[in-house]
Amino acid sequence: MAAPEPPAGPATPRPPLLTMSGITKSFPGVRALDGVDLEVRPGEVHCLLGQNGAGKSTLIKVLAGAHQPDGGIITWCGEEVRLRSPVAAMRLGIATIYQELDLVEGLSVAENVFLGHEPTAAGFVVRGRAARAATAALLKRLGHPEIDPACPVGRLSAAQRQIASMARALSHEVRLIVMDEPSAALDPDETDNLFRIVADLTADGVAVVYISHRLEEIRRIGDRVTVLKDGRAVAGGLPADSTPTREVVALMTGRNVEYVFPERPTLPATGPPVLTVEGLGREGEFAPIDLELRAGEIVGLAGLVGSGRSEILETVYGARRPDTGRVTVAGRPLKPGSVRAAVRAGLGLAPEERKAQGLLMLESVTANVSVSTLSRYSRAGFLDRSAERAAARAATRELSLRPDNPDAQIRTLSGGNQQKAVLARWLLRGCKVLLLDEPTRGVDVGARAELYAVIRRLADDGLAVLLVSSEVPEVLGLADRVLVLREGRVVHTAPAGELDEHRVLDLVMEGSPVRDGRPVTEGSPTP
Amino acid sequence: MTQPTSPATGAEHGKAGGPVREDAPVRTRPPLGLRADVRNLSLLGVLAVLVAVGGFTRPEQFLDTANLQLVLTQASVIGVVTVGMTFVITSGGIDLSVGAIVALASVWATTVATQEYGFAGILFTAVVVGLGCGLVNGLLIAYGGMVPFIATLAMLASARGLALQITEGRTQIVTVRSVLDLGVPDAYVLGIPPLVLVFAVVTAVGWLLLNRTTFGRRTVAVGGNPEAARLAGIDVRRQRLYLYLLSGLCCGIAAFLLIVLAGSGQNTNGNLYELDAIAAAIIGGTLLSGGRGTITGSVLGVLVFTTITNIFALNNLQSDVQQIAKGAIIVAAVLVQRRTAAEH
Repeated sequence: MAAPEPPAGPATPRPPLLTMSGITKSFPGVRALDGVDLEVRPGEVHCLLGQNGAGKSTLIKVLAGAHQPDGGIITWCGEEVRLRSPVAAMRLGIATIYQELDLVEGLSVAENVFLGHEPTAAGFVVRGRAARAATAALLKRLGHPEIDPACPVGRLSAAQRQIASMARALSHEVRLIVMDEPSAALDPDETDNLFRIVADLTADGVAVVYISHRLEEIRRIGDRVTVLKDGRAVAGGLPADSTPTREVVALMTGRNVEYVFPERPTLPATGPPVLTVEGLGREGEFAPIDLELRAGEIVGLAGLVGSGRSEILETVYGARRPDTGRVTVAGRPLKPGSVRAAVRAGLGLAPEERKAQGLLMLESVTANVSVSTLSRYSRAGFLDRSAERAAARAATRELSLRPDNPDAQIRTLSGGNQQKAVLARWLLRGCKVLLLDEPTRGVDVGARAELYAVIRRLADDGLAVLLVSSEVPEVLGLADRVLVLREGRVVHTAPAGELDEHRVLDLVMEGSPVRDGRPVTEGSPTP
Repeated sequence: MTQPTSPATGAEHGKAGGPVREDAPVRTRPPLGLRADVRNLSLLGVLAVLVAVGGFTRPEQFLDTANLQLVLTQASVIGVVTVGMTFVITSGGIDLSVGAIVALASVWATTVATQEYGFAGILFTAVVVGLGCGLVNGLLIAYGGMVPFIATLAMLASARGLALQITEGRTQIVTVRSVLDLGVPDAYVLGIPPLVLVFAVVTAVGWLLLNRTTFGRRTVAVGGNPEAARLAGIDVRRQRLYLYLLSGLCCGIAAFLLIVLAGSGQNTNGNLYELDAIAAAIIGGTLLSGGRGTITGSVLGVLVFTTITNIFALNNLQSDVQQIAKGAIIVAAVLVQRRTAAEH
């Protein structure tokens, strides 16, 4: 292992601290990284930008030694290295602050900070007092002396956890810190504090790789920007302060694959609303929202992860209990926070985590489709299996699910066909409103068009569809009307035809005041 | 060690911009697990009530020194097993095979062949058999990717089967005097039976190991958030292996204590120890899902169960009543814990 050299002097084009070139990484069915290049210099804030699924998380896990790349070269201080484990990365001086998963709730702040490298006596006895003193010093350096090093992490606020994570990164001899959306859980004051810490670190020659969705933050603290798209670095080392937003957005969205969307109906849907949402809100997740859906209409919610889009869907469905507002289906108010009531009233949800939340993975297509309507095929508690099978078959045929075999195991089906099985379930139940959360996640690009057509056909047959997707083109192409969300608030509503991808991304990333005036995430007005 | 380092020295702090909070540090936890001690207080209360009940219903017999020595001796065997179990549960695992390992170790250590080697032979065999079973469990779970429930269930079945094969169903009487002598009153140190001393030492070592060493810290981390533990550079698999080894070691020690206590080895030894040990750990406050464990609580849990058994026996109540009472106590303890957990 190379001994850490002192930080390079102030001479300007300093040799890179880290160079990653041609990094590839595949997971079963996905090519997450497809030849990524990244170069980081000592003392710079290097921003990593990209849409969801662009490969940012995989890249930083490779950098942290948590994933092994399939190919490519990593050079550290001019020497080629292999990061075989998290320990290997830490020894070089690479620390990573993940968004969540790296703290143990049952352990105290000090115990977490020094987890894996505790100060010890005789090799295994933990010197608790020394660890707490060192932690207190780190917390003070981070501007949070009020956090008690002995407090269990489970009792800290999200922002305090972020600080604890950071203290942990700084507890190592660190020369490069990777921060994965560090400001996501912070309010503006705390974000200022974060930037002060980043400035202190870079002044000491520590390099920071900073991941954020917020372009204005990147302009404030970033030196250079690398943009990832579809597992590739499409631009490296752009100046952070002078690259136009339009250019950055274009780099993030430029697409190779054109989606084929079904025709929209020529006439807008009329008639009474099937689903009415009035002032529905949840403290800390999304501000009160109003929404109307008519039969035959597809309405899309566009926004980034954390914009509240999935939360809104789940609250409408009753899986989360709203703080304010109400949901009405076909003129009748729903009991809040009750999935049973929502399903009875005719709502159906195709959840985001299809395999975990939507499907019985070890069962047949029939069992998956009929699970919401079992009482129909039962006599005195005994299932009439041929009736069940026939009903499932009718529903899956209508959606042209392949293979056309109700006994096929659901896990053998492709993602698109699994999604059709979920839709068939609700179709069979005769639902009025379909809530779709990321309907094409894990579905091949080629199979998406067919799924889009199915969704449009269901709408044409009189269903109302509320669609959430992190893929902006999907929302724009499929929906009739689009609500753009940013940080829990609707910032724009328009017919899909009047929006384009750039406009939506502009809105999503910079569309509303964050720090001038009232921050948008805070103090939702109480009715 | 109970003085927490206070971060309250931050008064002069306040560089550029950041919101600096000068208010007193939020004292969210009593230093060093005192909180756990508060939780244990309720168990101590239960124990006190039990002692009072015993004292009132059978004043002469219950408070008799010999009876108290007996209660503690009985608690020692299952107590040592429970200390090992506490570690395993804290790490998010489970060891269903402890009773069977105790049985196998006790019969292997009391075969005619082993007894020829005397005291050392018996002790060594018991410990090595325990460690061996723990090693198999650990390898299957940590490196074979088996679910702890299944791996240790398999061990339960095989170890009991092997124990029966060795004994052919017979009781193996111990003839080594030095072993038997450990159980007689002459060997008591200041009125404390040696078996109880062993239990005390195992408890003390277990407490230190869990609360004061990197090993203990890593155990909690693996149970609380295995992915975080891995990212922190902990070898999660090796840690799991060590934990089942530790549980096996405790079983070996317990088997030796049982040999001393019973003066024999039997394949039916340690029947349902796994349930008693899990129950004691759970009512003590160790989370079955992992991430939190307390040796003190486990030991109190063992004492509560042993005392109940003793009082019921003194009052001529059948074991069926005992079992019902045990079940009720487990439910009550867990419900109380859930409530206190919700408050914090």
